[in-house]
Amino acid sequence: MQDRNQAHRIRKRISTALTLLALFIIMLIICVPGLWIVLNSFRPTVEIMAKPPVWTPSFTLEHYRAMFGGAGEGGVPVFAYFRNSLIISVTSTLIAILIGMAGGYTFARYRFAGKSSWFVGLMIFRAVPGVALSLPLFIVFARIGLIDTHLGLILVYVAMNVPFTIWLTDGFFRQIPKELHEAAEIDGCTRWQAFWKVEFPVARSGVASAAIFAFLTSWNEFALASQLTRSVGSKTMPVGLLDFTAEFTINWGGMCALAVLMIIPALILTFLVQKHLIAGLTFGGVKG
Amino acid sequence: MAEVSLTSVEKYYGKFKAVHGIDLQIEDGEFVVLVGPSGCGKSTTLRMIAGLENISGGEVTIGDRVVNDLPPRERNISMVFQNYALYPHMTVRENLGFSLKIANQPESAIDKAVDEAAHILGLDELMDRRPGELSGGQRQRVAMGRAIVRHPDVYLFDEPLSNLDAKLRTQMRVEIKKLHKKVGNTIIYVTHDQVEAMTLADRIVLMKDGHIIQAGTPLELFDAPVDTFVATFIGSPPMNLLNAKISGPSMVLEDGAQLPVPTDAKDLVRDGQDVVLGFRADSLSPVGHGIEETGLKAEVELDVQLTEPLGTETLLFVDFGGKEVQAKMHNPRHVAVGETLTFQLQIDKCHLFDASSGRAIRN
Repeated sequence: MQDRNQAHRIRKRISTALTLLALFIIMLIICVPGLWIVLNSFRPTVEIMAKPPVWTPSFTLEHYRAMFGGAGEGGVPVFAYFRNSLIISVTSTLIAILIGMAGGYTFARYRFAGKSSWFVGLMIFRAVPGVALSLPLFIVFARIGLIDTHLGLILVYVAMNVPFTIWLTDGFFRQIPKELHEAAEIDGCTRWQAFWKVEFPVARSGVASAAIFAFLTSWNEFALASQLTRSVGSKTMPVGLLDFTAEFTINWGGMCALAVLMIIPALILTFLVQKHLIAGLTFGGVKG
Repeated sequence: MAEVSLTSVEKYYGKFKAVHGIDLQIEDGEFVVLVGPSGCGKSTTLRMIAGLENISGGEVTIGDRVVNDLPPRERNISMVFQNYALYPHMTVRENLGFSLKIANQPESAIDKAVDEAAHILGLDELMDRRPGELSGGQRQRVAMGRAIVRHPDVYLFDEPLSNLDAKLRTQMRVEIKKLHKKVGNTIIYVTHDQVEAMTLADRIVLMKDGHIIQAGTPLELFDAPVDTFVATFIGSPPMNLLNAKISGPSMVLEDGAQLPVPTDAKDLVRDGQDVVLGFRADSLSPVGHGIEETGLKAEVELDVQLTEPLGTETLLFVDFGGKEVQAKMHNPRHVAVGETLTFQLQIDKCHLFDASSGRAIRN
């Protein structure tokens, strides 16, 4: 009996160790490219290009200095790109969340004709690859003068994000028992008040998750932005990365430096709302 | 404080008619329980009174106002839900004060009203907790507190105790009854549990398939059920029902046994009529172990199939008239399964129902 217990204990330990090892390898695969970008942004170009790769890190800020420097010395309009990205992402996220939340709430709470077809339709729309839309969008936008404007990209990103936010918030509102808004209405609220004072705060985590997904989609989007923007006045950061490619050379160091600047806001945002994200994922634990 | 009246109230869901023209007058301060099996329309009726469902036809008045088209917030009612429906993001104090805050009452008045309600329900210790940190019984009390804080005209309860365990349910039942004594408001209470209905109600309204089958005091429904449905729904154990045929001055059961017709029903039945004989377990007891009653009695020899000792009494399952029926033994002694006892049936306590319609045969 004693031996059997011991055998089981050892087997358990080994399997725990193997699990941890597997997790470590998976995390490595996920994290190393990102880490490599950060490391490269601080390395001299020779070291970046070296084969075999140089593992011992050396440190230089030359790429950052050049990036923020004048146009002649490899500089790019970082602040303009950052501003464009921020304006476009924040605005499109806000609009997408407002529309998406209204849509999600409607799907969760109301019955109307053709409800499921509408829902499926939205999801199919979402399944269309964005790039496939780039040519038609380009033609339409060119006709109505939305090429190379903030508004143009904002519209595109709202359209891309609304189906997803509807789908996500629908799920969250569905989990809130309908008795909550009924109780609020009996307590003296209008339907509108019942939503903002009771249902919205309860679904806050879900809305926050939807918002961060929408924001990251807009923030990182490259394919459509590269077609629909032209100048410093509207190019976003992912498009700005292309500034580092010339006819025959690619400035890897500069590209990595800009990429790092791009990652930072996304990281900060994710960090700020991570509590909500986790709360959002475990929402089922809240029982009225 | 208000009376509530329903006049031919109907509810359609598409083509399906859930409530068939209900008429009901509820007095000011009355405790009315709507009871019935699931799907009988009792909750729908309550929700129509609350304003949570549209009224398809008829009229609902609270006090002297027709409320058909008023939203819930203008009906001056409060409601306790089956799943409590507490606001999970608010503390108990905020939950209790929510309705007053929405009504823009001054802070001091809110605090006073909330403290008073909390005191009545013994919630003083829990005021800063959130619903997630409360037990089922505590949540139930908060839900009730939220209802009484506002002093509404009418309280509506929608199966408020069905999520609690048996012991807590009995306890909360007593608290609800005490609460009614204290505040004295009109209460409309929905349940599928006939014990709750019997113990709480001033008046029971028994519903089935969207109709009111019988309305009356608990004892009226218990002692004079209008049909076999009421007879089996109200009372525990349910009333025993045996098929019988009238033959002259006696009734013949399916197994050929003969019993005299109850005195009250003698002139109301005709020879050869198919009837259903109904009697409660209390009316069939072993000789010497029953309740002494006047009136017609009959003695039968029956084999005991199963016993359920409950302490002060024992339920005996016996084959009688071709069916298994329940008898009650007061001052019980040990009874072995298979033992043959002489039972006394209180004929004049029996109910007769028409076999085809199920309606009671009564003056």
